Amino acid sequence: MSQRNRLDKGGRIDRSRPLRFTFNGVGYQGFAGDTLAAALLANGVDIVNRSFKYARVRGIVAAGAEEPNAVVQLGATEASQVPNVRATQQALYDGLVAGSTNGWPNVDRDLMGVIGKVGGKFMPPGFYYKTFMSPASMWPKYEKYIRKAAGLGRSPKERDPDIYDHINHHCDVLVIGAGPAGLAAALVAGRAGARVIVCDEQEEMGGSLLDSREPVDGHPAADWVAAVLRELAAMPEVRLLPRTTANGYHDHNFVTLHERRTEHLADIAPLQDGRRAVRARMHRVRAGQVILATGTHERPLVYANNDVPGNMIAGAVSTYIHRYAVVPGQRLVLSTSNDHAYRAALDWREAGREVVAIVDARENPDGDLVAEARKRGIRIITGSAVIETRGSRRVSSALVAKIDVVGFKVRGSVEELACDTVASSGGYSPVVHLAAHTGARPEWRADILGFVPGKVKGMIPAGGVNGVMALAEVLADGVEAGCRALMETGYKAVAVRLPEVRKVREGKAAALYQVPHVKPAMRAPKQFVDQQNDVTAAGIELATREGFESIEHVKRYTGMGFGTDQGKLGNINGMAIAARCLGQTIPETGTTVFRPNYTPITFGAIAGRHCREFFDPRRYTALHAWHVEHGAKFEEVGQWMRPWYFPRGNETMHEAVQRECRAVRENVGILDASTLGKIEIQGKDAREFLNRLYTNAWTKLDVGKARYGLMCKDDGMVMDDGVTACLGENHFHMTTTTGGAAAVLDWMEMWHQTEWPELEVYFNSVTDHWAAMALNGPNARKLLAELTDIDLSREKFGFMDWREGTVAGVPARVFRISFTGELSYEINVQANHAMQVWKALFEKGEKYGLTPYGTETMHVLRAEKGFIIIGQDTDGSVTPEDLGMQWCVGYKKPYSWIGRRALTRPDTKRADRKQLVGLKPLDSKMVLDEGAQIVLDKTLTIPMPMVGHVTSSYFSPTLGHSFALALLKGGSQRIGQTVYLPMADGRVHAAEVVSPVFYDPNGERHHV
Amino acid sequence: MSDLSIFDVNPAAGAKSESPLAMTRVTVATVASPAKAGVVVREHAFQGHLILRGRATDDQFRAGVEQALGVPLPLKMGPLSRDEARGVSIQWMSPDEWLVIVPAGREFATENRLREVLSGHYAVMNVSGGQTVLELSGPAVRDVLMKSTPYDVHPRNFPVGKAVSSVFAKSSAIIRRVAEDRWELVIRRSFADYLYRWVLDASEEFGVYVAS
Amino acid sequence: MLHIYCPYCEEYREEEEFRPKGEAHIARPAEPEATSDEAWGDYLFFRKNPRGLHHEQWYHAAGCRKFFNATRDTVSYQILETYKAGQQPTVTAAARAAQAAGKGVAK
Ligand SMILES: [Zn+2]
Repeated sequence: MSQRNRLDKGGRIDRSRPLRFTFNGVGYQGFAGDTLAAALLANGVDIVNRSFKYARVRGIVAAGAEEPNAVVQLGATEASQVPNVRATQQALYDGLVAGSTNGWPNVDRDLMGVIGKVGGKFMPPGFYYKTFMSPASMWPKYEKYIRKAAGLGRSPKERDPDIYDHINHHCDVLVIGAGPAGLAAALVAGRAGARVIVCDEQEEMGGSLLDSREPVDGHPAADWVAAVLRELAAMPEVRLLPRTTANGYHDHNFVTLHERRTEHLADIAPLQDGRRAVRARMHRVRAGQVILATGTHERPLVYANNDVPGNMIAGAVSTYIHRYAVVPGQRLVLSTSNDHAYRAALDWREAGREVVAIVDARENPDGDLVAEARKRGIRIITGSAVIETRGSRRVSSALVAKIDVVGFKVRGSVEELACDTVASSGGYSPVVHLAAHTGARPEWRADILGFVPGKVKGMIPAGGVNGVMALAEVLADGVEAGCRALMETGYKAVAVRLPEVRKVREGKAAALYQVPHVKPAMRAPKQFVDQQNDVTAAGIELATREGFESIEHVKRYTGMGFGTDQGKLGNINGMAIAARCLGQTIPETGTTVFRPNYTPITFGAIAGRHCREFFDPRRYTALHAWHVEHGAKFEEVGQWMRPWYFPRGNETMHEAVQRECRAVRENVGILDASTLGKIEIQGKDAREFLNRLYTNAWTKLDVGKARYGLMCKDDGMVMDDGVTACLGENHFHMTTTTGGAAAVLDWMEMWHQTEWPELEVYFNSVTDHWAAMALNGPNARKLLAELTDIDLSREKFGFMDWREGTVAGVPARVFRISFTGELSYEINVQANHAMQVWKALFEKGEKYGLTPYGTETMHVLRAEKGFIIIGQDTDGSVTPEDLGMQWCVGYKKPYSWIGRRALTRPDTKRADRKQLVGLKPLDSKMVLDEGAQIVLDKTLTIPMPMVGHVTSSYFSPTLGHSFALALLKGGSQRIGQTVYLPMADGRVHAAEVVSPVFYDPNGERHHV
Repeated sequence: MSDLSIFDVNPAAGAKSESPLAMTRVTVATVASPAKAGVVVREHAFQGHLILRGRATDDQFRAGVEQALGVPLPLKMGPLSRDEARGVSIQWMSPDEWLVIVPAGREFATENRLREVLSGHYAVMNVSGGQTVLELSGPAVRDVLMKSTPYDVHPRNFPVGKAVSSVFAKSSAIIRRVAEDRWELVIRRSFADYLYRWVLDASEEFGVYVAS
Repeated sequence: MLHIYCPYCEEYREEEEFRPKGEAHIARPAEPEATSDEAWGDYLFFRKNPRGLHHEQWYHAAGCRKFFNATRDTVSYQILETYKAGQQPTVTAAARAAQAAGKGVAK
């Protein structure tokens, strides 16, 4: 099929570059410079979708972001599928494949129409709430079909081959919208040397100037645009971002822009210089001043059957003719409330097609454009409006009648005009959405019949969005905005000459939104307000009659503005209709709230490069490469990758862990403990600080000694633990849990900075500086002795001592501390030297069967000893005494340390608090589920009183049975009792409450 | 009984050390020569990194630091105190905290020198094993930094000689502009693999060259 | 995304560099052991949630690691001042009331 609606001349397309594309399986041709919508119109494609609720056929209405109907599914392959793309904003490229979003089962055939029409009767506003929500359990069933019929687009099922990213900007002036106001402002700001970003959502910058009839400085407006863009592009501090939509306006002038970098080139980003190119980029802009130059959206009039393909907004007609040399029909009727829309009829006539009539709601229109239309002999029907269009798949005629705008009724007879296109204009709504994101409520301006943005600190509206409509004034407003922005950001404005443009006198517009019909709205053919969500004027009337008076409630009841277009075309009309029904003014009714994002954004652009391997940082120890080489399975602990276990051959995890456990208990094993948080503390008040920070006492810890410590928050709940060594009188080395390291350092800083600044102490993280290797097991001493100059004898280097020396020739601090209950040495060396020490240990360790073990074995071994893990056996509601760790609480310390006072509150003293106990399952092979709830009576049925839960649970090869740690109400008094653990599958396990220390209760094994 | 335990944590000569990036494999496409690269990435491993704490208001402290290190103590955020020829720099980290970087192997001597001249309430902590330095040079470095940090790296806000710490990707980094087109990132050991590969990935579109 | 002036770095920085730490000026009772259970409970658990001016503690986590305070309007999200730990705010509800009263007298 040829491009039957394409003009031979004109437009900003390149006829020498024809492009093939496919829509709903049919091949077409367009030209470089087309949008998908322009190319579809050029090819005479009237129907682009079926509607959400009624399955009515729908055509293209607009030419920009406000388009409600031409929302398509894009993508030639499964992996490159993109839903919710506005055909009006999608540049055409060769090979583009798109389809209707709401096409199920077929956009052209009327199968759904039958369902839709039947469904339509049953689906008045509020239908979902009234019907499907009760019983609520049925909703998922209905939802599946409604969603399918509604066709909200679909995400790809294959991995997206493209890459995306984010970039941060700081600028003096961000100009949003590169129409006449935005360009004038940018020029002023750019010439002053300010850092300027100009973004515009369209393929080309220039906004309304690209389809303007008015010359600028005696030349086509587009020439002025080109000259300005050349000048701006040459300025080093100006960044031009076309194809970039400002989608969110956040606090303190932080604006997110979404740039489509390759979406105009191909389905999948083409390689650039052989390298992957970024498909879409999110610009995160912190702006000194924001110049909001987003212009206006034309409001369509609301009349009966205004959704039949061939009904468009007037400005879109002009845009398609001027920009794309496409006349979307043969015979036009224009229905307008204002002068400005006359351009559509004049443009149509100049394109050589028939203008049947201009129907003007005003009795005596008299502006310059009206005069021009009269001069051309175009029939103008005054005091009237199109009240209905007819046609099933395309407009075939328009019904025109005299109307009483104020009295909201039709006066006199109805005339039917044969035509295939009806363009309408009810005025121009400033695009206030972005300003509204900040929370600023739009303000009604009666003189322009529209809402303008509320005041936002650091934002200057300019041009159409500011209620300034005539081109000469728009340019002047842009210049003024630029000057103001410069003043606010401390620059001196350089004089800018305003280009000369013809002054076009425009008459006053009529306040017309919904057009009256001969029948009342409830009985007239449907008058659509929000075409994407199938919201009608009658629906809004019904909502107000059912008692919904707040516009926010009307919105939720009808679904108005809930589509992917956020009701850009319909919302003001909807508010005006609600206001009329409620007998209020529009400002009394007010607007709904607009929220980011202004247009839909792909998940790729939101995620940027923070996905796949960069989704979250992964932290590695200095020994990681060795672990990988030796087949370790890894566990994520915080952001750390820790060896979980080291399977040999075909070992299962269970087998590997049992073997590793036995190696440590019987021989010698080694753990990479580098991830433990380490904090170096220096200063003469270090000891006092520790006394205040930890629950236990530090006054008497000698140099060369280490001690376990427990930290509480001031509510008395345990927050962290670890061993701290006294390196010198004023020098300590603290360890924290792996996950708690950063939080503990921040915690210490907070207390020091805000409560005890007088204490002379400094702390700093040395977590990454030291690598730590924990050698555990009866043969640990023998092995270490082969590699160190430290005297390891029991007399010289006792339990909880630390010594300095060399290990494998590397200077080391060795701590004789144990998290396994075995003889243990934790070797700390500067991390850059760790690998050689580790390897040397394995060289010498072979004869002892030195076994690397991971976190799982560490957990089993520590649990056998009843050693807790913060965050696993505690959850922020557990006191030291709940853990049975009274021995670690220094009530006699003079300073009321963090947490002390709270430990004497009545609640923390309760005898029935959950306390740490051991559980020995009666079935010795049964490993209880961690998190399993505990009850006291196995005969109970749900709901049953739960008295605690399992926190840690393992099988111990050393004990020969399974075991668990648990928090149990009044647990310390229940030793010897049997408790029960009901499972989801109906089984009930039984376990005996025992001491949490299962192995070597007297600590004989590490005191060797 | 001593107040502090200070010792040289570096082994005698001949020891085999590994930088935090020893484990890292480059997975992005790189260009063949630095001339073709928008970004050239190079690691400066094994330098001496010391955290210095003290009172900036204390004249003796300031004088002592300058005496020991040969460059003045910076007293506010931003300007780096640096002697490139000697490889010594001091960076303001906080009103009472500075990062001192000295050539590889000099950290223990530097710490001793500082301790000789300083007195009163101060601290010196060795963090050399926990940090490394990435040098980024080339015409596209600013773009890569903009993709990585929310801090404003425009020359008007980030002149040569400035150093700040900020968010970098989903971690953090110290960012130093040491010459017109040459920047340094001081990064933590455990995050080094993530940050290094992030930088390479962000640089790929401009052409990236890994220098040794 | 707030833009926050760190009084130690003496620069505006992006919110990502900071962590909010709740209400500012929560004084730990000087003698905890002499404090009643109720007063201790108030210190631990009870916080203001005003509509309008609020004094908050912030932490420059990715920057200088210093704690400081900010006076923020919880409606507009404007930050009216930031000040160092240990200092007192100058923009307060009381100061505003006094200012308004003063103006009334002047008229
Ligand atoms: Zn700061």
